[in-house]
Amino acid sequence: MLAESGSGHPGGSLSIADILAQLYFDSLNIDPTNPHWIDRDRVVLCKGHAAPALYATLALRGYFPVDELLSLRKLGSRLQGHPDMNKVPGVDMSTGSLGQGLSAACGMTLAGRLDARPYYVYALLGDGETQEGQVWEAAMFAAHYKLDHLIAFLDNNGLQIDGRICDVLSPEPLDEKWRSFGWRVLTTDGHDVEAIAQALITAKQSTGQPVMIIAKTVKGKGVSFMENKAGWHGNAPNAAQAAQALAELK
Amino acid sequence: MSEIKKIATREAYGQALAALAEENENVVVLDADLSKSTKTVDFAMVAPQRFFNVGIAEQNMAGIAAGLATTGKIPFISSFAVFATGRAFEQIRNSIAYPAMNVKIAATHAGISVGEDGGSHQSIEDIALMRVLPNMTVISPCDGPETAQAVQAAAKHKGPVYLRLGRLALPVIHGSDYHFHLGKGVVEAPGKDIVIFATGMMVSHALEAASFLAEEGYLATVANIHTIKPLDTEFVLEQANSCGAVLTVEEHSIIGGLGSSIAETLMESGCHVPFQRLGVKDKFGQSGSPQAVLEYYSLTSISIAMAAKAVLAKK
Repeated sequence: MLAESGSGHPGGSLSIADILAQLYFDSLNIDPTNPHWIDRDRVVLCKGHAAPALYATLALRGYFPVDELLSLRKLGSRLQGHPDMNKVPGVDMSTGSLGQGLSAACGMTLAGRLDARPYYVYALLGDGETQEGQVWEAAMFAAHYKLDHLIAFLDNNGLQIDGRICDVLSPEPLDEKWRSFGWRVLTTDGHDVEAIAQALITAKQSTGQPVMIIAKTVKGKGVSFMENKAGWHGNAPNAAQAAQALAELK
Repeated sequence: MSEIKKIATREAYGQALAALAEENENVVVLDADLSKSTKTVDFAMVAPQRFFNVGIAEQNMAGIAAGLATTGKIPFISSFAVFATGRAFEQIRNSIAYPAMNVKIAATHAGISVGEDGGSHQSIEDIALMRVLPNMTVISPCDGPETAQAVQAAAKHKGPVYLRLGRLALPVIHGSDYHFHLGKGVVEAPGKDIVIFATGMMVSHALEAASFLAEEGYLATVANIHTIKPLDTEFVLEQANSCGAVLTVEEHSIIGGLGSSIAETLMESGCHVPFQRLGVKDKFGQSGSPQAVLEYYSLTSISIAMAAKAVLAKK
């Protein structure tokens, strides 16, 4: 996909792929034939640059043809560089500008409670993204309004465009920060689908507070030359690199 | 002379919201710790379960409204215009305007007539900021009755709307027979020598200016442009062509607001009549009583009349 488009974000897409797979192929209450079903669980990909991972997941889950994935980032394609909810079936919120998604997820959760609907809202944040102040405004809001149908994942791959998050501007200690903001905090291996599934079961037992699942992940997971390399944040592989990556991922 | 009835557009907004609470259960209201000033408190009193105070966090407020809108809710979000449109600009751009969310941004304390709070709180750029966004509708009502109907129209319109409201009590221009039509210019006073396009609180000032001009033998048309975007270009050209001279008046920077919008329309249609913009001339505001500030920045009925005469002299 990314090699075909010549641009995109492979590293952060691979770090969140297992979480997306667990959500869309097991945990979520969704119906790909009815993407606007009012009682569906919602997903907000706050780290919208991981759009390729979301698109691949949605296509494989049946929201649109898998062939369409190769149109990523091309003129006229529904698959914009960052997710557009008005173009792509299955995308619940347009995202891309970091720090804004969690607020929208709060709004969706609040609406569900107002209308006594059973759905859950899942927000997928990057760890570098927590440097945005709006994330903490939303964190405060979710706890104050006791949004217990809001479950967030923090894709804790430790890297951002300019390097390691601890070198650029450390948001640590992440677990203590979220806990002190009134959230229930769980941690999991973000590449172990059984562990992710178990964390989600635990998260859904929470009452009266939102849940943050800090998922330890590896940027570029599954591709030897991409793993833990900040340089693969926003650069697409060439054809040969793509072929090697796909072979390793199989 | 009988006492002229006055009401602030923010007061009318609060009352209209409270009425909407009963008419439309999808309407929800968010405020950022200014509910007593923005008057969203009126809604909170009648529908507390659909009112949410987000604290002093305008960016989050914009995002929460976007999320609510995805489910069919019609969120009205309020704060002072400086913060509602400036602090949360990029949230409005990417979470509201870009996905065309059905969110209504109703900002009060717009313009320099905020007065004493000073330049930090006097929004002179909010029309420009909102007008430049695709999908956004921009409404700037001129009195209480128009505001009440604009709130109804905003709720019915599908898509993002910016509603520009003020702090000061304003003369009530319109009676109960007035009908607000989104996107349509209104002739408030017919004339023939010059057209004064005004918006918001400047409409009543322009009407007063027209009466001064009439005393000197000039008949000015006063046109109320309550919907700045989409602009009623047909109406603007018709008035400009028939009067042959144009003055625009707004309690906003002369850059990017009503005057700019009308200038663009006139130039592109080849309507080259004498033209002048009256507004805040690329400066920030300052503290003072609202009246003193309006006088300092030449936004009074007398200033409007003088500016109109200067335009007329170029005919």
